[in-house]
Amino acid sequence: MLIKQVSVFVENTTGRLHKLAKILADANIDIIAATIAETTDFGILRCILPDPQAGVELLKSKGFNASLTDVIAVSIEDKVGGFDVVLAELAEAQIAVKYIYSTVKTAGDNAVIVMKTAEPERAIEVLTSNGIKLVTIADFME
Amino acid sequence: MIWNREIECADRETMRAIQLERLQKTVKHEYDNVAPYRKKMDEAGVKPEDIKTLEDISKLPFTTKEDLAQNYPKGMFAAKDEDIVRVHSSSGTTGKPKIVGYTRNDLKLWGECVARAFACAGQDKNSVIQIAYGYGLFTGGIGVHMGAETIGATTIPMSSGNTKKQIMFMKDMKSTAFCCTPSYALTVAEGLAKEGVDPSELSLRAGIFGAEPWTEGMRENIEKGLGIKAYDIYGLTEIMGPGVAVSCDAHSGMHIQEDWFYPEIIDPDTLEPLPDGEIGELVFTTLGKEGFPMIRYRTRDLCYLMRDKCECGRTTVRMGKILGRTDDMLIIRGVNVFPSQIEEVLSKFSELTLNYMIYVGRENNKDTFDLEVELAPGLEIDDIAFVEGLRRKLDHSLRDMLGIGCNVRFLNADTLPRSEGKAVRVKDSRKLMEGK
Repeated sequence: MLIKQVSVFVENTTGRLHKLAKILADANIDIIAATIAETTDFGILRCILPDPQAGVELLKSKGFNASLTDVIAVSIEDKVGGFDVVLAELAEAQIAVKYIYSTVKTAGDNAVIVMKTAEPERAIEVLTSNGIKLVTIADFME
Repeated sequence: MIWNREIECADRETMRAIQLERLQKTVKHEYDNVAPYRKKMDEAGVKPEDIKTLEDISKLPFTTKEDLAQNYPKGMFAAKDEDIVRVHSSSGTTGKPKIVGYTRNDLKLWGECVARAFACAGQDKNSVIQIAYGYGLFTGGIGVHMGAETIGATTIPMSSGNTKKQIMFMKDMKSTAFCCTPSYALTVAEGLAKEGVDPSELSLRAGIFGAEPWTEGMRENIEKGLGIKAYDIYGLTEIMGPGVAVSCDAHSGMHIQEDWFYPEIIDPDTLEPLPDGEIGELVFTTLGKEGFPMIRYRTRDLCYLMRDKCECGRTTVRMGKILGRTDDMLIIRGVNVFPSQIEEVLSKFSELTLNYMIYVGRENNKDTFDLEVELAPGLEIDDIAFVEGLRRKLDHSLRDMLGIGCNVRFLNADTLPRSEGKAVRVKDSRKLMEGK
């Protein structure tokens, strides 16, 4: 199933990211997973929060450009080739992957990766029908 | 509504007769009382009695900012100290401020001009006018205030700043008109949105904005954000203050109160008068002021004049929007750049705001040109390609407008300082380096 990721535009000035992290910390919000795509003068923070809608509202109210993006979180075997299995299925189905990042969370012995793909609904169908397990935000919280 | 129909709708012949009579009086008054200008006239070989027609005005020497600086503080005053009842002063960011004096008659004349402006904006004695120009030496606050009282409106002298309180008064006092700088109007509109106030619930119908150049795009944002019709008021301390000209419902330039202020447009390089419609430097001659009359004062503002009939019924000459101030003009890599041009481009991007800063500097003997602009608050971004695409689109539009490119940096909303008066949009560090 699709989960909601929080995407935030962050201008590349010293302390800007700290400001964002502090807003979340002060509101007692745990960052489940996070990655930054960066260029020389800005970055986009992509993160998984327990309550994405509330997270977006909070960050918006503090002047950040924050929004929700549909992503898929996949549980993969933490061994050689585990990642390849997932990508192979998507490639087979001609579904483009826009970006991927791994999380520090695990599901049992499995690793969890987050990805954004084209045609997300079909991607979910392809993955689940091939026995690949998807992870929800609730799973992360366990 | 027209405040002074007899004057504002006068036929050309009547107006010219008024102007000539007042011009002759003004030149004589200036020649008799202002030694530095008398010296200029003597050097130019022109006497007050040489002014026989309105066209003879071109025989008179110009007055410049430098004349005012050299004769600081009161060398250009034309009335006796005992007749001066008030002074104002321009901000004077560089060097000495310009100090101007007003007699009781001058203040009355000023009140009349601003009253005409309020009538233009549909205000009358039933109105509640909230004034958020700064009060004090700046002519904005007290100048507009006198006009609001002249029409008999309930006048709220808020002065600038404290946006929360402005909004509270707007709601509780049911203000019908709001007056401030256009950049502060945007700040207040932003404040309304933040507090979740729907502008249509306010009694606000009109806004009179001036004291800095603003673009059509800014007007649209202000009108939408405050739920009003926005009117443009023009003035400058040296000539009087706000009320020299004002836009009307026809929204086609600003009507100059030309019975009191005679406008000319000149080529700033050759100083020759230019025909109507051509862009050049605006020059004013005051036609009735006693304390601080100015003859052919070079405003440094660039605009053009229109004399075709205005659909509002007024017959007075109109000036186009100020396209820039020769003082605001930046020369970057040899190209003339006005901040207003950049604003015009930004206003066409729904992804961006009009909160921006221009940075000009010098590195390796080349001018650097950087622009920071805040993203629209609700803009959703998950994609670097989207931001880069936006940057390319903006770069294209800026190049089309200016002829040169600049480095663009996007900022989060709410990053740049907000203006409460005249906005500071340019940091030119080249000036700081000149002395080194």
